[in-house]
Amino acid sequence: MLDVLFFARYKEALGQEQLRLDWQDDWATLDDVRQHLIARGEPWDILQDKGIMCARNQDLCSLTTPVEQGDEVAFFPTVTGG
Amino acid sequence: MMIRIDVQTDNFDPGQLTNAAHANNLATGAVVCFTGYVREFNQGSNVQGLFLEHYSGMTERALEQIATQASERWPLQNVHILHRTGQLSLGEPIVFVATTSAHREDAFNACAFIMDYLKTRAPFWKKEQTADGSHWVDGRASDQQAADRW
Repeated sequence: MLDVLFFARYKEALGQEQLRLDWQDDWATLDDVRQHLIARGEPWDILQDKGIMCARNQDLCSLTTPVEQGDEVAFFPTVTGG
Repeated sequence: MMIRIDVQTDNFDPGQLTNAAHANNLATGAVVCFTGYVREFNQGSNVQGLFLEHYSGMTERALEQIATQASERWPLQNVHILHRTGQLSLGEPIVFVATTSAHREDAFNACAFIMDYLKTRAPFWKKEQTADGSHWVDGRASDQQAADRW
């Protein structure tokens, strides 16, 4: 099992802010999870956004960061606070 | 060394927070504060208001990490980071950062570092309301460049 969160523009495009996925044994990194979602077709192709950022267990990370069963991961557009 | 992090919907008074940052610490020679406000013109649009979304939980954690990093690089006494979320009106303050130190250079650098890191690493997203509807603000390359200098 893996919890996936979306924020801002992605959340609106996908019509949901949270998703629970059954764990797949071939997932090694956050990018594997992202590719799995993109393969669903529209509107999931928004995750191909060049400015995509991600977090694993509430720590900013890169798409090449390893992912483990039970993690909370998040995909979001470039942050614009401040 | 004291770190204070606030993530809140309520408005705040930057003057009051500036005075509070000194905290009657007689070793403090410098208090540097930054306040960011909702501006009427941004990326080619007339802004009427702003909505700030954030990643509750990660936000507080990210700000704490940024404050800790600053305190490891410069000899600071206090760090206060306050960031608002939710609906904000034109002219209202959005963000406040205070750093205190014995000397101004450390406090100046730490405050700039915190803002540059906050803008590129803390999970906030601005949605601007204009006469033509609302839209999410795009991230800027110049913000990333500012963070890269540290």
